[in-house]
Amino acid sequence: MSLEIAQAQPKQIQLLKVLGPAHIWALGVGIVLVGEFMGWNYAVGKGGALGALIACWVIGLLYTCVAMIDSEITSTVAAAGGQYTQAKHMIGPLMAFNVGLYLVLAYTMLEAGDVQVAGQLLQIGAANFGYTIPWQPFTVLALALLAFINYRGVFMTLTVNFVLTAAAFASIMALVIGTQPWNPGAMLYHKELLTALPYGWIGVLASLHFGIWFYLGIEGTCQAAEEVRSPGRALPMGTMLGIITLLIAAALTWYVCCGLLPWEYLGWDNTLVPLYDSAHVTGVPALIVILFVGTLFSAIASANGCINDASRAWFSMARDLYLPIWFGAVHPRYRTPFRSILFLIPIAAIFALYIPLAQVITFSILSGLLNYTFMPINMWRFRRMWPLGSIKRGFEHPFHPLPAIVLFVLCTVTFFAVYLGYGRQLLAMMGFYIVASCWFAFHRYRYVKRGDQFTMPWPRPVGY
Amino acid sequence: MLEVVTWAAWAVSAALLLWMFWDFMSINKNFSDDVLVSSREGVDDLFGEPGDAKRD
Repeated sequence: MSLEIAQAQPKQIQLLKVLGPAHIWALGVGIVLVGEFMGWNYAVGKGGALGALIACWVIGLLYTCVAMIDSEITSTVAAAGGQYTQAKHMIGPLMAFNVGLYLVLAYTMLEAGDVQVAGQLLQIGAANFGYTIPWQPFTVLALALLAFINYRGVFMTLTVNFVLTAAAFASIMALVIGTQPWNPGAMLYHKELLTALPYGWIGVLASLHFGIWFYLGIEGTCQAAEEVRSPGRALPMGTMLGIITLLIAAALTWYVCCGLLPWEYLGWDNTLVPLYDSAHVTGVPALIVILFVGTLFSAIASANGCINDASRAWFSMARDLYLPIWFGAVHPRYRTPFRSILFLIPIAAIFALYIPLAQVITFSILSGLLNYTFMPINMWRFRRMWPLGSIKRGFEHPFHPLPAIVLFVLCTVTFFAVYLGYGRQLLAMMGFYIVASCWFAFHRYRYVKRGDQFTMPWPRPVGY
Repeated sequence: MLEVVTWAAWAVSAALLLWMFWDFMSINKNFSDDVLVSSREGVDDLFGEPGDAKRD
């Protein structure tokens, strides 16, 4: 029997290369779009409506730099793990370990927040009809269903994400059209509602923290690098189209919400769903239903993409022995990192069921911000070690080093903004990463095969 | 009615998680770990197999 099994087994199992640009778009935008439906409005609470608009633009610039840098490096370092794999090639093992942890934590926490929101949305929807239901069963159901889809294959996972994300984006467009922006004063009252900066420029600075919600997660497109049919084409196209979609969605979201709701309400919206609340203000039943469905879809699409990305980062670290190799297994039939997917699900469930949303999302934002701070250093080294022309790149971003410099400056400013509101969490997070780094350097690093770390068929870097 | 929906949510969740657990155990039993962890980084459509490209 064991001989039969041994004969039937393949020699090597790789992740499946089945994805195209539309899947990459769905992964990036799917993770992020939930930030248009909730969370960004706290930027209004910090800096007023105009402060939130400035945050939308400034953080939009930050993420445009992220998308440009990611498009070039990921289309060239086409492997699962995204920024983790890039750090391994460009900087070294300790940086790679930290970046891997940033990714896993950012996506797992975001996933926990998303399914928590999905459950609570259903509770809100039922309450609107006069029924009281618990949110926990629906949070667990969303998590189990998405884990199941992810377990069964990446093609179906991201095809589902494409449908959910497109529907959620269409719901924003429906609200924009429904509020008749061509007829100021019919429903939108920007002239009356847009006030001066209520807390001055320090409020604008503080609002940068929540401006991240508009775009948090677009860098997740990198995690699919090993599963796309043509990384050189699909990754830059999907990522750049993704950031363009998000810039449009963010601007429209701000425009509609700030034209319908006063900043004092929008900034402290306790139901967490400003677009849905805006639909309520229009009084159009069809828009209320559409925005409810759009909000729910956006939360589910985000959780779906996060399960995909967190598991790929965890899988890649295990495959390089940064973590136990057991997690580096690929399912022989579905070709997914099935052990990594299943291992992270209970962790997300615990955070979703027992930790408040604001805390969970703050952990995600801080880890994401640390990742963005690494990117300009990564880009700088990439161009210095392998100048243009020395290796084949899927995409070359223009104006280097300007995007890297702008990204680094904006990350520094945003760290200060986060420190203003969440200083203790920021310091606790830094402490966690320092302890984890010590564990890796003094314990785990002995298991890492140093000779196997560099996998790209590139020439020797300049200066080495 | 809503109580039934709530219990159905728990039941479907349990069924999905149990199926994944069953499949997970079955794969671990029927395939050796050497095969399951055999995936290697660095093979992609842009560059082909490692070693195909010119190295210094």
